[in-house]
Amino acid sequence: MPDQLLFAMEVSLNGLMTGIMYALVALGFVLIYKASGIFNYSQGVMALFAAMTLVGIQEGRVPFSHLINSIFGTHITEFGFEVPALLAILLTVAVMIAFALFVQKFVFRHLVGQEPIILFMATIGLAYFLEGVSDLMWGSEIRQLDVGLPQGINGAIDNATFEALGYGFFIDNLDISAAIIAAILVAVLIAFAQYTKQGRAMRAVADDHQAALSVGISLNYVWILVWSLAGIVALVAGVMWGSKSGVQFSLSLIALKALPVLMLGGFTSIPGAIIGGLIIGMGEALFEFVVSSNDLFGAWFGFTFSATENWFAYVLALAFLVFRPQGLFGERIIERV
Amino acid sequence: MDGQTSTVTPDGRTIGGVVMEMRNITLRFGGVIAIKDISFDVRHGEIRAIIGPNGAGKSSMLNVISGFYNPQEGEVWYKGEKRKPMKPYQVARQGIARTFQNIALFDGMTVLDNIMTGRLNHMKASILDQAIWWGRAEREEVANRQKAEEVIDFLEIQSIRKTPVGRLPYGLKKRVELARALVAEPEILLLDEPMAGMNVEEKEDMCRFILDVNDEFGTTIVLIEHDMGVVMDISDRVVVMDYGKKIGDGVPDEVRNNPDVIDAYLGVAHD
Repeated sequence: MPDQLLFAMEVSLNGLMTGIMYALVALGFVLIYKASGIFNYSQGVMALFAAMTLVGIQEGRVPFSHLINSIFGTHITEFGFEVPALLAILLTVAVMIAFALFVQKFVFRHLVGQEPIILFMATIGLAYFLEGVSDLMWGSEIRQLDVGLPQGINGAIDNATFEALGYGFFIDNLDISAAIIAAILVAVLIAFAQYTKQGRAMRAVADDHQAALSVGISLNYVWILVWSLAGIVALVAGVMWGSKSGVQFSLSLIALKALPVLMLGGFTSIPGAIIGGLIIGMGEALFEFVVSSNDLFGAWFGFTFSATENWFAYVLALAFLVFRPQGLFGERIIERV
Repeated sequence: MDGQTSTVTPDGRTIGGVVMEMRNITLRFGGVIAIKDISFDVRHGEIRAIIGPNGAGKSSMLNVISGFYNPQEGEVWYKGEKRKPMKPYQVARQGIARTFQNIALFDGMTVLDNIMTGRLNHMKASILDQAIWWGRAEREEVANRQKAEEVIDFLEIQSIRKTPVGRLPYGLKKRVELARALVAEPEILLLDEPMAGMNVEEKEDMCRFILDVNDEFGTTIVLIEHDMGVVMDISDRVVVMDYGKKIGDGVPDEVRNNPDVIDAYLGVAHD
């Protein structure tokens, strides 16, 4: 049985790594929800759009080439040069900031003071719009994304664990980078929110619009800032998921995996998004490991489950909703009467 | 009082020239006229009160001054210049701070954080400076923190500075809101019913704070208040409103003896 135990440990570790990937997506939701009370349905599509833009720029492809070609009868598809990864990332950040400006100017500025449900509907519209734009801009083929992140099994961990335990752990280098990047991202975001002028303004707007205005904070500015940050977080998530499984339209569905993470961690907490992601990631990996194993679950009950990771996260989230509706780290609703 | 020259009050404060002037302000909400053709001025260093019965348009007037409402007619003159229609945050950046009748604080933040938001407009360091926490960013943060502590001492709220505002009782919330407005070192401080809902002791404290703020920092104060007694005691000049119109304007004694004001407050049979 020690083999089983080691195997379970490896599965948990990998689950934690996947959880970090979920958390990256959930972070974008939390940012916007905290600062503007909007549940941004389009966060997943933003990740897709960011990843597609990054690949497109890197490969030097002409945006809207299908459109241009069909209007003018030309056959341009590529500029004929490749853009280095770092420059391409910076350009993509610029595109995401431009997107934030667009969203604020044409959508949310006109919806100030509306009910949350109306804002939510607007983000659904935005999601479809952005999906269409991504398609029109870069085409719908599956692309390989490579920004130079290490890929494959980490040999050092494999060797070290083999020597120490007699069993080598297979951990993907990409997952390790994701964990490091996520840790840096969260540290930076928290430092930004707590210690900078802009972060303070962001927290103020999240709390009370009227009061924020009275101390001289421009709501418009803060919202553009928040959408830009969400765009950058979407880019990070898009890069990690894109490197893992290719840039394709199903990428936008990772947003659905962020939902249970949010329910667990709370919609308003950045650390909550991380912890929620870790719990979901490890929980579903371990659960799958136990109930699909012939030696464990099968030996006791005579049958096994498979593909539980499709639904386990949602069931866990439902259980949380019953017992702790604000999530693990969500703001307690304090009401004085 | 003739307009531009300084005068000295009996208690030794200097009141300067006109710093803000409202000229023929009319504010409508659809067909309802909230403010009708009102003019008055505010002089540097004075405590100017706006009083009137419920629904007289006092809060609307304060909202016009602070940019939350833009009047359909009339002009706002500030520091000798006509003010363009402005957003509230722009007004705040010009040095006009305010408090609200129904308290608008950041409930999720601590008292200190709330007060620090009042200093946002005094922070000029760029995001890069702040990121590396060097030079300007550090100096500014230290200076702002110092100012915040000063105001905290001044308003005697040291013991609650790390408490989340949502947990505080009403009277203290009002005081924190005053602190946040004050820490911005405003030119003009607008107070919307600073004593509403307070008991006698809290009211006395608040009165003392308002007088001290005016005296020590020389801040010009425009306040709305229901309690006639309080207003007459602390203000230099009083505007009286009723049904959106100005029915009196002058020093407290003048206003007290104005027959229109007595009618509005005590009620009179109109037939």
